[in-house]
Amino acid sequence: MPKQPGGQRLRLPLEWLGILPFMIFAVLFLILPTMKIVIGAFQTPDGSFTLQNLIDLNTDSIRNAYWTSIKLSFATALLGCAIGFAMASAVVFGGLPKGVRNPLVTFSGVASNFAGVPLAFAFIATLGPVGLVTVWLRTEFGINLRAMGFNLLSFWGLVVTYLFFQIPLMILIIIPALDGLKREWREAAAVLGATGAQYWRMVALPILFPSLLGTFALLFANAFGAVATAFALTGPQLNIVPIKLFAQIRGDVLGNPNLGYALAFGMIVITALANFLYIWLRVRSERWLK
Amino acid sequence: MTRFFAWGAFLFGCLYFLLPLVGMTEFSLKMRRGEYSFDAYRRVFEDQRFWDTFSYSLILSAATIVVGVLLVVPTAYWVRLKLPQARPVIEFITLLPLVIPAIVIVFGYIRLYNTSSFLPLTGSAFGTDILLTMGYTTLALPYMYRSVDTGLRTIDVTTLTEAAQSLGAGWFTILARIILPNVMVAVLSGAFLTLAIVLGEFTMAALLNRPAFGPFMQLLGANRAYEPPALAVIAFAITWGCMGLMQLVTRFSKHERAKA
Repeated sequence: MPKQPGGQRLRLPLEWLGILPFMIFAVLFLILPTMKIVIGAFQTPDGSFTLQNLIDLNTDSIRNAYWTSIKLSFATALLGCAIGFAMASAVVFGGLPKGVRNPLVTFSGVASNFAGVPLAFAFIATLGPVGLVTVWLRTEFGINLRAMGFNLLSFWGLVVTYLFFQIPLMILIIIPALDGLKREWREAAAVLGATGAQYWRMVALPILFPSLLGTFALLFANAFGAVATAFALTGPQLNIVPIKLFAQIRGDVLGNPNLGYALAFGMIVITALANFLYIWLRVRSERWLK
Repeated sequence: MTRFFAWGAFLFGCLYFLLPLVGMTEFSLKMRRGEYSFDAYRRVFEDQRFWDTFSYSLILSAATIVVGVLLVVPTAYWVRLKLPQARPVIEFITLLPLVIPAIVIVFGYIRLYNTSSFLPLTGSAFGTDILLTMGYTTLALPYMYRSVDTGLRTIDVTTLTEAAQSLGAGWFTILARIILPNVMVAVLSGAFLTLAIVLGEFTMAALLNRPAFGPFMQLLGANRAYEPPALAVIAFAITWGCMGLMQLVTRFSKHERAKA
């Protein structure tokens, strides 16, 4: 049977044909478009290699945009993690009635997807100049939010709005991790004479740390790439990277298409770093939480 | 003491989440001076653009779901059956849309598929619709793939395939009549999530200049006072409906399995 080995060699590529449609899709609509941006960031308009675009990012306006975006993503990720963790641990350990857990998880699923344009409307109706809470505080307590320096269309206004999808995302990811903390660990610590605070500081938090930091990275990337909420809230004038890129794609406001590629490339670098941190830390945390 | 803090954290969270929902509902009812009314909703529903953009987005989400299912189910099945070594590559690709922001992907589309390129999709309205569908498919890919792959894990793919083959079934029959019905719950829950994502999506549709529901909401928000919160209430109800249906099919399947 001299033909047998040849026939077997032929089978291997045939099996790879099964994922060919998926690969063609991924290349055409995911990988090539991204490569176009990445390569464009290193090209002059006539196509030769340059680092000038990346150097040109270092203007006041663009630096400010990146810095505001990073601060915004950092603040919403940090607060989202803290509040989400507090709520999740209240439900898992805090002795709340069992009945609140499922509704909270369901609601988190809805709220983490309720982002974008309608979310901005909801907050304008609540904390905007004539919103429910603003008017209520002014008429009932004489507190004027605007005079106190709060403005929904500012940095902290965006933070408050973004938290509406950041906190639920944290709750959804961290509840399984909290469930993974074994009762035996707490009992073993108590047998050895640990107080509740010591258990948290020396056992639970070190185990949860990769999950916490990983989720922080995910929330950071989530906020960094968000366009619609900020755009619907403040329009095109707020100086954050996604909105700047939006304006650049619509009308080349930077006056240099390749600078637009570099702006987008910077976004990919930052969200990619945050996401790989998340994936790496998740693999680490799964070691303990199986 | 712990319980006190637990209740404190929980109630604070509830307050934060409830206020905007109450706020938008209350505001949407205030169009008529001095009394509550559904005038804002009537205005929204009387607006022809609402129905046009909403049905456009519905059609697009249906197309996205079909493309997603046709792409994901055979691939996930094939990887489980014949190509376990390709799993890391496929999983990495399905995670990419979470890493690359949607605005960057659509930026790439605009530059790659413009009228002077090898595939001038943005040259016609229909071509742009196809491009937008593909963009939505990539956005939904991480959720769809995860859902279907988890569904495939619960069934014995190899045995089912061999049984079907020994009865004379071809690949199409196996996929359409054996595998798909078995992962239907996973497909449906992925489909409802896709629906929720596509109906409210703004960035891609706005940058590709297509008349979708998201850009319509944004436009109305920039020009009107009372209609936007009414739209927000409608959008929230839709999201809630999609998630509710998702939970319903999952619960339904648990009962089926328990009986079996």
